[in-house]
Amino acid sequence: MLPAPSLTDRSPWYDETTEDGRLRAHWEALSTLLQNSSGEELSARRELVRRQLEELGVTYNVYSDTQGMDRPWGLDLFPFVIPQSEWEQLERGLRQRTRLFNAILNDVYGPRHLVGEGLLPAALVHANPSFLRPCDGVLPAHGFPLNLHATNLARREDGTWCVLSYRTQAPSGLGYALANRIVLSHAMPDEFRIAQVQRLASFFMGMRDSLRALAPAGTDAPSIALLTPGPFNETYFEHSFLARYLGFALVEGGDLVIRDHHVFIKTLEGLRPVDILLRRVDDAFCDPLEFKADSHLGVPGLLNAVRSGHVALVNSLGCTWLESPALQRYMPAFCRRLLGEELLLPAVKTWWCGDASDREHVLANFDSLVIKRSFGASRGPHHFASRLTPEAKEALLADIAFNPTEYVAQERVSLSRIPTCDGESTPARPVVLRGFTCAGPDGIRVLPGGLTRVSTSTHGLIVSMQGGGMSKDTWVLSDGPVSNVSLLRPATRVIRLERAPAEVPSRVADNLFWLGRYAERLEDISRLLRCMLNRLTTESGTEETPELAAMVQLMVRLELFPEAFLERRSLAGIERECVQIVFHAHRLGTIREVHSRLQGLAFSLRDRFSADTQRILSKLQGGIRPLDTTSPANHALEVLNHIVLHLAAFSGMEMENMTRGHAWRFLDMGRRLERSINIITLLQNGLQLRGNDNGVALVPILEIADSVMTYRRRYFGQPQWPTVTDLLIADDSNPRSFAFQVASMLEHVQRLPGARSANPAANREQRLLQSVKKMLSQLDLADLCEGEKDPSADPLPATLGRLAEDMRHISDGITQRFFAHTPVKPS
Amino acid sequence: MRYSIRHTTVYSYQSEVSASHHVARLSPRHCPGQVCLEHSLEIYPVPTHRETRRDYFGNESVFFSLESPYRQLTVTSLTLVELQQGQEELGWATAPWEQVRGQLNLAHPHSDEGRALEFTFGSPLVPLHPAFADYARPSFEPGRPLLEAACDLMRRIFSDFSFDPSATTIATPTLEVLRKKRGVCQDFAQVQIACLRSLGLAARYVSGYIETVPPPGKVKLVGADASHAWVSVYCPGLGWVDMDPTNNTLPRGRHITVAWGRDFSDVSPLRGVFVGSGAHELKVAVDVNAVD
Repeated sequence: MLPAPSLTDRSPWYDETTEDGRLRAHWEALSTLLQNSSGEELSARRELVRRQLEELGVTYNVYSDTQGMDRPWGLDLFPFVIPQSEWEQLERGLRQRTRLFNAILNDVYGPRHLVGEGLLPAALVHANPSFLRPCDGVLPAHGFPLNLHATNLARREDGTWCVLSYRTQAPSGLGYALANRIVLSHAMPDEFRIAQVQRLASFFMGMRDSLRALAPAGTDAPSIALLTPGPFNETYFEHSFLARYLGFALVEGGDLVIRDHHVFIKTLEGLRPVDILLRRVDDAFCDPLEFKADSHLGVPGLLNAVRSGHVALVNSLGCTWLESPALQRYMPAFCRRLLGEELLLPAVKTWWCGDASDREHVLANFDSLVIKRSFGASRGPHHFASRLTPEAKEALLADIAFNPTEYVAQERVSLSRIPTCDGESTPARPVVLRGFTCAGPDGIRVLPGGLTRVSTSTHGLIVSMQGGGMSKDTWVLSDGPVSNVSLLRPATRVIRLERAPAEVPSRVADNLFWLGRYAERLEDISRLLRCMLNRLTTESGTEETPELAAMVQLMVRLELFPEAFLERRSLAGIERECVQIVFHAHRLGTIREVHSRLQGLAFSLRDRFSADTQRILSKLQGGIRPLDTTSPANHALEVLNHIVLHLAAFSGMEMENMTRGHAWRFLDMGRRLERSINIITLLQNGLQLRGNDNGVALVPILEIADSVMTYRRRYFGQPQWPTVTDLLIADDSNPRSFAFQVASMLEHVQRLPGARSANPAANREQRLLQSVKKMLSQLDLADLCEGEKDPSADPLPATLGRLAEDMRHISDGITQRFFAHTPVKPS
Repeated sequence: MRYSIRHTTVYSYQSEVSASHHVARLSPRHCPGQVCLEHSLEIYPVPTHRETRRDYFGNESVFFSLESPYRQLTVTSLTLVELQQGQEELGWATAPWEQVRGQLNLAHPHSDEGRALEFTFGSPLVPLHPAFADYARPSFEPGRPLLEAACDLMRRIFSDFSFDPSATTIATPTLEVLRKKRGVCQDFAQVQIACLRSLGLAARYVSGYIETVPPPGKVKLVGADASHAWVSVYCPGLGWVDMDPTNNTLPRGRHITVAWGRDFSDVSPLRGVFVGSGAHELKVAVDVNAVD
C-alpha cells in the first residue's frame, strides 16, 4: 500500500520510493506484497508490532515527558529499503571514515601533527571542552581508540548520501535497531524472506569478537561489562537489552571499584575482575578523580587503570572531542594527510566561524544556513537562521562576533521522504539513517542496516527521538541468497543466547531483595482490600456485619484506614476508602504506590528476568488503572483480582524459571521476610480484637493469609484462635505460615556467601533464625488453648512481639552485611 | 632568598573510609627565577599506590590511593625553594594589546606564541563573557601597550574588589564574582583571567604560596599562611609575566610557584574521591618562612 506515484513536478526533496512517477526497483517486491494486504491486515500487523515492542520492553525515556520512565518505542510498519549496490558504496564510505576517525584521535591525543602542519586549527582542539587534557598521550596499545561509533546519514535532493553528524562517545541505537528487526521480521515474515534482507546477527557476533580482541595482553577469557548510567538514562532499555544479547554483565558506576589499577565488580562473593568496559557513560562523567568531580556515574581511578593498561575502554576516554561539527569542514584534508585517500562519503557543507573567510561566508549567507555550537551538541539548540526573530538574530550575531570559535554554520539539507503507515493513510516523512561501525585490530565491521528515524511532522527539518520521532527497520537487500547464520529466532530465545555472568553485584542483590518484599507487600494489601470489598459488593454488603466491623478495626490498626473510622462510618465511606487505597498514587502504602516502587525496581533489574517474566510484569502494570466508572468498587475488585493473579504468575516464574543462584535467593528472602512480618502483624492486631468480637475476625484473617481451604480441611467448624494461630504461626507444612517462611529463610541464609565463615558476625542471622525455629517448635497448642480461657496468662502476645523483633534484626543484618552501599563522595 | 614551606592537610572522617583515590599538585615547579632545592610529600596512612607524573601543563602530580580502611588522612608537603631576588626589570614597552592578540592567532602552533593561544579560550571555571570584556575596556584603550594595560586592570581589580572569604566558595561562578566584587585570591585571579581572555589575550592561573609579613611588633602565627593564586599574562618578547591582583603587585621574590593551568580546576593542590558514607572535616595549615 505504498502511495500511488505522483506525477507532479520534480519535488524539492528525494523521493525514496518513486522516480519520475515509477516505483523504484528495490521497492517493487515489498510494494506488491503490501498491495495484496487489506487495510484490516495492516492494522492487525501494526497492533502486533505494538504488542511485541511492549513485550520486549522496548522503551525510550524522554526527559520532559510525563510518561517518564516507560515511554513506548515507536516503530513504523514500513521498513526503509536500500539495495545492495547502493549499500556497498555507503559501507565503503563508512569504513573509510572509521579508519580516518581512529587516525585523527591517535594524532590529536598524540603528536598532533595535524595541528603542527596547520591542517587543524589549534582552537578546535584547545577551545573544545571535550578535549580532555588528562587523556593526552593515553592511547590504547591496540591502536583503536574509537571502536564503536554511529553516523547520521541523510540523502540530498539528488539522491546522494551525506553525513549529518556522528556519535563517538556513547553511540546509542544499536539495541533499538536490533529490537526493530526482531519485531518487524515477525510482523512481515513473508516480505522479509522474499526481499532477501541481510541479517544483523553476524555483525553482533563479530562485534563481540572484536571487543574481546581489545582485552589487555595476557587475558585468556576476557570479561566484558557494559557500564550504564542507570535506569533513568534515556536509552537504558538498550543497555540492558544489549548486555543480555551479547552476554555482558550490566553494571553501574557504583558496582565498580578500582584496586591495584584493575577494575572490579563488587559482587556478593567479592571482587570480580573486568577486562573490557563497554561504556555508555559520557567521557567527562567516567572518573570523578580527573574529570567532573561531582559525577556519581563513574569510577574514581578509572583513567589510572586505563593508563596502566589493565582495562580496555570502549570507546577510549576523550573520543567525544571528535563530535564537534566544526571538524567536518576539515575532514577531506585530514583524509588526504592521514590516509592518503580522497574522502568517499562527504559531509553536509560546514563553515567554521573561527576561520575569517568562513565567517565572511556565513555572515553573507546567514539566512540560508543552520547555525550550531562548535562544541558540545547539548550546549544550545540549532538555529535555522531564517526562522529567527529579529531580536534573536541580532543576539546570535553579536555572540558570533564576540566568540566566533564557538559557532559553525551548515547548509540546510532537504531530507528525503519515505512513506509511513499511519493506519488509513501513508504520509511521506523526512528520514535520517543512523549507521553503525565497529573497529578493532581484527578489522572494521559495518552493520548491514541501521536505525532509521522519521520525523513526526511531514515538513520537519530535524529528526529526533527526544522530539518524539518514529523509527523504522532498515532493510539492506541482498542480491544473492541470504546466509542463514542467524541469531534472529523468536525474541524469547534470542535473549537466552548467552549465559549471563553468575556474579551478582551487591546493588542488584539489594534491589532483588526489595523487589521480593514489595511483591509480597502488594499481594498482602491486595488480599486485605479484596477481603473487604468482597463483603461490600455482594448481596450481604447492604448492612454492616460484625465481620465487617472487625475488619474496619483491623484496617485502622494496620494504619491503612484513618482512625475516624472507629467512631463514625458508612458503608459508602468504607467503600470509598478502599477504592482510595487501591488507586491513590501519592499516599503511602496504597496499591498504586507500592506497585510503582515494585515497577521501579523491576525496571532496574530487567536484564535479570526472562522475557516471559517481563511480560507478566508489564501485564501487571497494564491492569492497574483507575477507571471513570459508576461502580468504582467493582472495578477496584477486578484490579485486585488482576494483581493477585499476576503476582502468582510472577512468583511462579520465579520458582520455575530462575536458576537457584544468589539472585534468586535474595528475591525469595525478601518475599519470605515480608510475608513473615505481615503474618505476625496481622495476628498481633487481630489478637487485640479478640476480647470483644468472639472470633469474627478469624475468617477474614484466614482469607488474608490465604489459608481458608487448609483450615477447613483440617479443622471443621468455626475457626478458633488456638487452631488458627497454630496453622498460621507454627505449622511448617503450610506455605503461608510463619514457620514455613523461617525454614525457607534459614535455608537461604545457610547458602549465602560467607555462611561457613568462622567469623561469628557473619553467622548472626543464621543463629537468630535457628533460635526462632526452636521457639516455634516449643509453641504448645495446649498452652494456646489455656490462653484462650484466661487472656492475662496468654503467652501469645509476648511471643509474637519477640518474633517480630527478631525478624527486624534479621532484615537489618542482611542489609548491613550484603548491601552496605558505600557511596562515593568527592572530598 | 630561600623559603621553607610546610603545607599540611588533614582529613578526618566520622566513619571509616574504605578506599580513596587522590591526586596532589604540591611540588614547586622549576621556572625562571625559582629553583626547588628540596621537596617531599609525606602521606599517612601510607598509600597502597603512589606514583608521580607530569600533567598536561607540566605540573608534577602525585597520584595515590588508599585501599585499606582509615579514619584520618594526613598529607604533608615539605619544600625548600630558592627565589632569585630582583628579577630583572621588565621592559614596559610591550606591543599594543590588539597587535598581540593578532600575533597569537597567526603564530606557528608549536612556537611559544602559538602555545600561549591555548590560554585565550574559555575554561571550566573561567567562561568568556562580554561582561568581562566590558569591565576590562577602560584599561585597554586602543593602542595601549599590553603590559601597561594589564597592570592597570590588576590595579582596578585590587581597588574595586574587597577581600571577603565569606562571599564566595570554590563553586562560585566567576561571572558572579564580577557582579559581587568580593572574594578571595582565587576569585580575583579568575576575574582577571576572564577579562584578559574575553579580549582575546592569553592568561593562565598560577597556584603557589606567598610569605605573609606580620604587622609590626607582632609575632607571626604558625599555620597562618595560605595557598595563594595569581595570574600570568603572555607578552610576546617577555614571555609569561606574573601579576597578583590580590596584592596589586608584580610578584618578585615572595611568590613561590607550584603549578599553573587554565584555572583552579587544573591545579587544585589536593583532589580526592573517597568511598564511605560519613561527613568529613578538613584542616589545612601552611607555613612559609624565609631561611637565611
